[in-house]
Amino acid sequence: MTINNASSASERLPANAAKGVSLGKDAWRRLRRNRMAMASLVALIIIGLLAFFTPLLPLAPPDKHHTNLQYEPPKLFPLFAKSFEFDLDAVQASRSKRSETRRELAELEQRLEQIRREAEPNSSLALETSTTAIRRMSNELSNILQRPYRNAGFPDLGAISRWMVRTRYTLLGEWSLGSIAGRDEFGRDVLSRVFWGARISIIVGIVATLVSLLIGVTYGALAGYIGGWVDDVMMRIVDILYSIPFIFVVIFIITILSQDDIKAWLESWGIDRITIFYLVVGAIYWLTMARVVRGQVISLRNEPFVEAARAVGARQSRIILHHILPNLLSVVIVYLTLTIPRVMLFEAFLSFLGLGVEPPNVSWGLLANEGVKVITPVKVYWWLIVFPSAALGITLYALNFLGDGLRDALDPKLAAR
Amino acid sequence: MIWFIVRRLIGLVLTLWVVFTVSFLLMRAVPGGPYSGERNLPPEIEENVKHRYRLDRPIYEQYGFELGNILSGDFGQSMRLYDFDVNQVIAQGLPISAALGIFALSFAVTLGLSAGIVSALYRGSLADWALMSLATIGIALPSFVIAGLSIMLFVFLIPVFPAAGWGTFRQLVLPAVCLGSLYAAEIARIARTGMLDAMSQDYVRTARAKGLSKLAVALRHALPGAMMPVVSFLGPAVAGILTGSVVIERIFAIPGLGWHFVQAALQRDYTLAMGLVLLYTLLLYTMNFLVDLSYGILDPRVELK
Repeated sequence: MTINNASSASERLPANAAKGVSLGKDAWRRLRRNRMAMASLVALIIIGLLAFFTPLLPLAPPDKHHTNLQYEPPKLFPLFAKSFEFDLDAVQASRSKRSETRRELAELEQRLEQIRREAEPNSSLALETSTTAIRRMSNELSNILQRPYRNAGFPDLGAISRWMVRTRYTLLGEWSLGSIAGRDEFGRDVLSRVFWGARISIIVGIVATLVSLLIGVTYGALAGYIGGWVDDVMMRIVDILYSIPFIFVVIFIITILSQDDIKAWLESWGIDRITIFYLVVGAIYWLTMARVVRGQVISLRNEPFVEAARAVGARQSRIILHHILPNLLSVVIVYLTLTIPRVMLFEAFLSFLGLGVEPPNVSWGLLANEGVKVITPVKVYWWLIVFPSAALGITLYALNFLGDGLRDALDPKLAAR
Repeated sequence: MIWFIVRRLIGLVLTLWVVFTVSFLLMRAVPGGPYSGERNLPPEIEENVKHRYRLDRPIYEQYGFELGNILSGDFGQSMRLYDFDVNQVIAQGLPISAALGIFALSFAVTLGLSAGIVSALYRGSLADWALMSLATIGIALPSFVIAGLSIMLFVFLIPVFPAAGWGTFRQLVLPAVCLGSLYAAEIARIARTGMLDAMSQDYVRTARAKGLSKLAVALRHALPGAMMPVVSFLGPAVAGILTGSVVIERIFAIPGLGWHFVQAALQRDYTLAMGLVLLYTLLLYTMNFLVDLSYGILDPRVELK
């Protein structure tokens, strides 16, 4: 992006004008020279694309049970088989049924509105039955929507994924890749599960990191910019939080929140385990970010260019948005690439304890855990451990390398070491 | 120096209080408790029991009561383990976890340091590349995967170690190595950077110019300087090994604190879980404190404020 802007700007300038090299362009040039970091970047882009387009790939559905093929080892033949069963007609048929259900749901909601408006003192029972009816009806609606996909062996899918599954079926028909990575306890295809696990592992890593980023940058920038006793108090709070063993607190919180009645209550608000995970992890990992950003803001605040902006009468908001935030970008990007792997490891850790992603959804941590669980002296199902952990390992390996490379590229002083 | 220690102690008290308050509120916010199981007590008896334990009082009174108990060192009874109070569980589990942790840490430091030094001395060689790739893989894999792979390799494929249990030295090796491997990898990377940094200093060049051997220069002159970042990593490393033992103890069925904690959390044994969280906070804080202190001793230029 920076490069395009720079080149279009240079076209407008006379040829002999001295060209300024922007920080981003400079860093990009340095990064491109770092072969490992570039390889990591390419690998990550490929992994990301594969994960996003997984429903389009000729893979078996991730949750299709074949109990007779339990623990089948990896085999290359037949490479492709006509084994993908999907009922496209059922999807068509569900359309009309869905609009009908939606109409009923709307009616129920109207009735609830009416009960609320009348607000008779003894209407709490009627209110409750009405709410239950609405909940049941909306469950029914999602059931009708998901049933054809569930029958084919998919977890609940979003609109884009559903469209991709349909497209895949029209394009490739029943052809799908054989079990070249073996099968698990229920005869499910490990390769397909690794691909579908990528979607959740990656999205969990990114979203939870973004939450932590939002909290950390706001907190750190505020503390650094306001300064004085506010800064002191805010940083003491961070110090205290630092020595709390968060892993234990998180386990504690998640077990409490996954108690059946609390879980049902949360789910009625649309909050599931993954959302809780985002929030909880975001609430932990912002500490380092806040410290780093605060330090950067304090050193930036005294830079001549900020003073110059203040001298020409720029508003506070303009100074923060135009002068300080862009300079924080490099720190933030480096931190992002180094936090995502930590969050993904943490998700794997929680999945190991049975507190992470819940079936039928899969994540790499969950898959690796399934593999570790079935280690027995009798037979070694190595493919159940090796493939998920290879996927996890490669991704984290690449992220770590990219993070190191970005740090060196954005801060040349460090690269000399 | 004294002022530094005093400030840290105040911080410790504050931290423990925050952890206690948060976990107390969480515990009380949860509907149900030890008495709402499948076999219900008759309501009158439950009333009496609640009265006995002051569960019928307002929440602030309970809070004060509980705080008083903990200050006098009484963490209460376990809600699930028959005939155990929290102090007994800690007395049993702590030595086990400590032994595992110390062994893992010494493994991590020995292996990490030597790998880092070799890597830095032969920078750019095949050995450097291989060691650093290995270290990065070690960082990129979750410890339970490493544990699973090493069980497959060293227990079933080449039967050298027992799969699980606790008591003998041979049972200790595999879990400690799995627990320490991540930190060995981190230490190797940090030590390598530190060594490279130190090797480019003038005093190292002077030592070389005097005709000292490469090894002597590396160990006597460069190493002390390279140790600083490693030491400052030991704080987080100890913390990580303490918490990481949750996974390892579960896989290898070791009855340490981590194992007890997960059991307590999964079975909603709130008193035990809270006692352990407080204990871990105390341990973590002390370790960070010790590391800060040793930092000041290693490098006289560092001022402790």
